[in-house]
Amino acid sequence: MPESAAGTPLHIITLVKWVPDAQLERRFTAERRIDRSEGILGELDEYPLEAALQIKEAASRDVRVSALTIGPAGAATAAKKALQIGADDAFHLSDDALTGADVVATSAALAAAIEHVLADGDAEGEHLVITGMASEDGESGAVPPQLAERLGLNLVTQATAVALEEDRLVVTRASATEQQRLAAALPAVVSVTDQANEPRYPNFKAIMAAKKKPMTSWSLADVGLDASAVASKATVLTAEARPPRTAGEIITDEGDAGVKIVEFLAKERVL
Amino acid sequence: MSVALVFFESLDARLSSAQQELLTLAATLGEVHVVTGTPGDRAVDAVAVEGVQTVYTGDAEILTPDPALVDLLETAVQETAASAILAPDTPDSTDALARLAVRLDTGIITDAVGIDSERRVTKSVLAGSYTTTAEVAEDRALVATVKPNSVEAAVVAGQAPEVVALPVGPSLAEGAAASGGVEVLQRTPLEVSERPALTEARVVVAGGRGVDGNFGPLEELADELGAAIGASRAATDAGWIDHAAQVGQTGVTVSPQLYISAGISGAIQQRAGMQTAQTIVAINKDEDAPVFEIADFGVVGDLFEVVPQMVEELRRRKG
Ligand SMILES: Cc1cc2nc3c(=O)[nH]c(=O)nc-3n(C[C@H](O)[C@H](O)[C@H](O)COP(=O)(O)OP(=O)(O)OC[C@H]3O[C@@H](n4cnc5c(N)ncnc54)[C@H](O)[C@@H]3O)c2cc1C
Repeated sequence: MPESAAGTPLHIITLVKWVPDAQLERRFTAERRIDRSEGILGELDEYPLEAALQIKEAASRDVRVSALTIGPAGAATAAKKALQIGADDAFHLSDDALTGADVVATSAALAAAIEHVLADGDAEGEHLVITGMASEDGESGAVPPQLAERLGLNLVTQATAVALEEDRLVVTRASATEQQRLAAALPAVVSVTDQANEPRYPNFKAIMAAKKKPMTSWSLADVGLDASAVASKATVLTAEARPPRTAGEIITDEGDAGVKIVEFLAKERVL
Repeated sequence: MSVALVFFESLDARLSSAQQELLTLAATLGEVHVVTGTPGDRAVDAVAVEGVQTVYTGDAEILTPDPALVDLLETAVQETAASAILAPDTPDSTDALARLAVRLDTGIITDAVGIDSERRVTKSVLAGSYTTTAEVAEDRALVATVKPNSVEAAVVAGQAPEVVALPVGPSLAEGAAASGGVEVLQRTPLEVSERPALTEARVVVAGGRGVDGNFGPLEELADELGAAIGASRAATDAGWIDHAAQVGQTGVTVSPQLYISAGISGAIQQRAGMQTAQTIVAINKDEDAPVFEIADFGVVGDLFEVVPQMVEELRRRKG
């Protein structure tokens, strides 16, 4: 790393995922996989994009923000949304061998894709990978640490604030027992929570501008992998819909509802 | 006999209930060994529990988020030939186990609520709308994080386990960020509430935007019920209560016997964290609030009238 990074270009890769809309009914298919026939850009992925754009806007050096997604054909819409929000360019890795990929398979594919995105840019520059705290559908939060492990990068997860100070990142996060302020040299993988910022909405101008931004589509072979490199290690054996909760008794307060609740609790023996 | 290795980031003088549950679960999978960042002299008393054979530590204290914890785990796996590696579901344990899974070339399953003797893992997915079971191949180690409240803790005090210090030390040095690494600038302990821990409480009283900055009435109710206090993101975002109280998709998941929701609309992200509660009581001014779709007992009314009346009635009954 150079003495001072102030003039060095920075390439930020944000990871985005096309996920089933949580506001609608989500379901498993007969193959015990999450039904991905429809989707949106995961809301948790708007926070890393916003973090990247804020770093870019505050920086006095060249910053390029790329969005990278893995997913079926429809996932291109998540990448396009990222371009509308403000990413400079996008990359979409799509391959039948990735259908139903588990955490390890996903991180293996993403690691290879990240290396190819970086190779596409300025080799002299610095690098930063920013992700959401978890995907909206898998919800494991285990992909960012696996990426850091595979790529040999510094790792800071669950960031609630991120700032680039000259040549290091300063991050606030919470562990199970304490609030921590950390400094990390680049290159690094950082995951951010929904407390990190307020994501922006794309305006009309940004939506029009996004049409001219480049999007690159790759297959596994394009990033130098074959299907065996992305074999899942965890197998889903069963996926059962939980019977939905049903509404119980609803009353309107007529001045005695507090007493009525306590009577209900006593009857249910939860006091 | 197969071996289950349990990872605790750190150990205090006494095991938390989540830690006790995990040791109970591990004992159903094989011979139990513990690995922790806390030095042996401080760790050994806490894990003096029947069935725990060994506690593996580093050669000095290792604190999260130090990746040396992954080296420690990896070394302990080599020592024990563990076929199951388990940890409580916390951010730093997830990070450490996820990295370990890469090194062991095996799968990781997070947020387990159960593991059977065949190492089949049960978890709740898609905001609690599905339950899945999953496994890794027989010839690979199972790496999993486990949610609190998943099993009934049954640990019995026992002999102190053997302490083995492995040749792994902390790696997060001061000034490391200037030479390519990560360093901790500041650590501030999170406030510990006098109330039961949110994830472990039998009763949770939760407030949302409707409390309008005043958690006072809910605090009084929680006092009467011995409950933990929870909140919606609207309430934590407004700064009325600490983020640690947030229940939901990006907060904590709770499954208490009783969840009392007051002034919370019941958005899908909130439901994700509480809909496995045994009994749900909702108080909301708006009869169309979605929370009523999942409430066992609902009151359309003003929480500032209903909640104080509950407190009064509970006190009257107590005598
Ligand atoms: C990525 C993402 C993650 C999220 N994660 C979470 C999460 O983990 N947890 C979470 O809770 N939310 C989360 N949210 C936010 C969620 O979508 C809702 O915005 C939030 O839960 C709303 O909080 P609320 O119900 O308190 O507020 P509102 O939706 O504004 O509801 C307030 C309710 O209070 C009622 N009310 C007002 N005054 C009174 C009164 N005096 N007496 C009785 N009732 C009254 C109103 O009728 C209304 O129903 C997330 C959102 C996103 C996008």
